[in-house]
Amino acid sequence: MNPLAAIGRATLLFLAATGAVVAFALQALASGLSGRLYWRQLGRQMLEMGYFSLPVVGLTAIFTGMVLALQSYTGFARFEAQEAIPTIVVLSMTRELGPVLAGLMVAGRVGAAIAAELGTMRVTEQIDALSTLATDPLRYLVFPRLLAATLMLPLLVLVADVIGVMGGWLVSVYKLGFGPIEFVNRSFEHLETEDVVSGLVKAAVFGFIVALMGCYQGYRSRGGAQGVGAATTRAVVSASILILVANYVVTELFFSR
Amino acid sequence: MSPRPPAPPKIRIRGLEKRFGPKPVLRGLDLDVPEGRSLVVIGGSGSGKSVLIKCILGLLKPDAGSIRIDGTELVGASRATLEAARRKVGMLFQGAALFDSLPVWENVAFGLLARRLVDRKRARERAIATLARVGLGPEAADLYPAELSGGMQKRVGLARAIAAEPEILFFDEPTTGLDPIMADVINELIRTLVSELGATALSITHDMASVRKIADRVAMLYEGRIIWEGPVERLDDSGDPYVDQFVHGRATGPIKVGV
Repeated sequence: MNPLAAIGRATLLFLAATGAVVAFALQALASGLSGRLYWRQLGRQMLEMGYFSLPVVGLTAIFTGMVLALQSYTGFARFEAQEAIPTIVVLSMTRELGPVLAGLMVAGRVGAAIAAELGTMRVTEQIDALSTLATDPLRYLVFPRLLAATLMLPLLVLVADVIGVMGGWLVSVYKLGFGPIEFVNRSFEHLETEDVVSGLVKAAVFGFIVALMGCYQGYRSRGGAQGVGAATTRAVVSASILILVANYVVTELFFSR
Repeated sequence: MSPRPPAPPKIRIRGLEKRFGPKPVLRGLDLDVPEGRSLVVIGGSGSGKSVLIKCILGLLKPDAGSIRIDGTELVGASRATLEAARRKVGMLFQGAALFDSLPVWENVAFGLLARRLVDRKRARERAIATLARVGLGPEAADLYPAELSGGMQKRVGLARAIAAEPEILFFDEPTTGLDPIMADVINELIRTLVSELGATALSITHDMASVRKIADRVAMLYEGRIIWEGPVERLDDSGDPYVDQFVHGRATGPIKVGV
């Protein structure tokens, strides 16, 4: 096969897919903003995505904070710079690891659930049924999920930040010989509002990405159980990759300010 | 006595075309559904029966042709026009397509609630009354679709389709997946409800027992066109070899069966 043609085909496919996702997102937002909001759906999704993700996100955060303290001790002890550990832990958690790890965990938990649910609704004609019952499926199904994820992920990340720092505190105090008050004081010493805010902005973006990819893949899934399975996989994989890409983009935006 | 001008058809379809990629499914389909009658479209699996119904509902966009309900053109129509047209239609889906996150009564009252015709308390009462019309007691109202048998799901689907008392009813393979007795019960129910509501009905099926029970008129869809149309009494002496083969379920005949 002609290698140039292969590259061209791949590029066109990529561009077509990007365009389709963007068009879907704009349609969903336009539908959602053009009429009444389904509060009941929104509440249900916020509970499902936010509250029920707490255990997963909390566990991820506490172990990440703990390992951060240990690893930075290993490195920093070589320069006699152990007192920087609280700063390292708190900055890494709020700016980077809180949002990214929470985003990835939520992509696995929530993104997969959305894709599987909407995919099943698609192949069992429930989405068509909505249209015949005077209900816009984009407004009823997609928009509340987009909104819920965008609102809930920052809250989850805020909790993850606190739990992650607590993990670092536990290891530093009980294993590395930090004073409990000293650790807290030092972590606040260099922490600025922007560190937390940039992490929360990231979280909102990641939440939107997770819900969008879940909805998009689920909404257009075809071909029964196998199609729904494939859609679920694609939703998680594409959301995870997009989270990592968006993470760089948002960091760059805050960095160059 | 001067001849009465024929009433305009409730649904009028002309030259309807729809293709998926290179594969044409509907190739210039013409069909009239007279007001207040029950028309059944028969045809083999994959002949485009479902595509036809989805085009009328605006769930699929036809490539060419015209679809009119009460004289209003729907092909290329605005969203508002399409929504107004859908409001006249109630549909029973093949697998019932009940919303499995909602209890039975909310499924039945979904259209009423979506249009804000009633509040939730009234909606529940309406749902229970509608369930009674399809032979389900009030104890079914709080069950979830997954807790129902296939026959009960069809009944709930029917109740959902008629809850807003539509002028037009669509039935997509209403008896698929049911045992013969339950199929007959559903057919009877469809017959009764359609005449009670005075609705125009369009059904698609390949179940001949169902056709004989619910049809006033029958149309045969083959290779993307209606090749025969007539009253149900003419089904056995249609004089059309294609219809004959289908009605009697013979493997040999003019219809080519893709394997």
